[in-house]
Amino acid sequence: MSPRAAWRLESLGFAEVYDYTPGEADWFAYGWPMEGAGAALPRVGAVARLDMPHCARAERIGEVRDRVQAVQWEVCAVVNEEMVVLGLLRAPDLEADPDAAVEQIMRAGPATYRPDALVSDVLERLRKREVGGVLVTRSDGTLLGWLRRDDAERTAASGNPG
Amino acid sequence: MPTSIFRDDVRRLLAERAQLIDVMPAGEYADQHLPGAVNIPLKTLNAETADRLRKDLPVIVYCYDYQ
Repeated sequence: MSPRAAWRLESLGFAEVYDYTPGEADWFAYGWPMEGAGAALPRVGAVARLDMPHCARAERIGEVRDRVQAVQWEVCAVVNEEMVVLGLLRAPDLEADPDAAVEQIMRAGPATYRPDALVSDVLERLRKREVGGVLVTRSDGTLLGWLRRDDAERTAASGNPG
Repeated sequence: MPTSIFRDDVRRLLAERAQLIDVMPAGEYADQHLPGAVNIPLKTLNAETADRLRKDLPVIVYCYDYQ
């Protein structure tokens, strides 16, 4: 739709016309702001905890466990140099052999949600899967944070279920 | 020829006073749109509706996604 609009504007005499081809889906999925009626609904990006610990594939489980427990977390994202999520370590994974490399233990290709997903939609899936939280990543796969199920439950119970 | 751009380019151009146009139907615009965007649905885009835009400033158009 937008390419046709861009060409139409050129035909109407506009000299400098740009087409943001990825569109608003890309903008919102990156966690950038939204206007309109839908902006009032609770979104995952606004509820997710942004201080989620992360580690590299080559690190040892023992050192990661110490770091994660020191900040009172139970999960850790595994990321590359660009902060793209490669895996996830849950609490039982952090109790594995402390000398094992993260890459050997991590859960590869974990489920992720975009920051513009509605909290109510994601909460329903968390309930069905009976998990305590889920990774939140931007449209380019970089880590944004962790949506805790209890945070999502509180948001849904606050009277604005999304 | 219109130039395809990405999200960082949008931010840069907006800082340079570009005009941002959401070409989706009015109902979809009302539900959600980029901050500061004005709505001119593609079906209504003509010389008259485009008259609200300045021709001496850049114009960015967008819809939902690549389609």
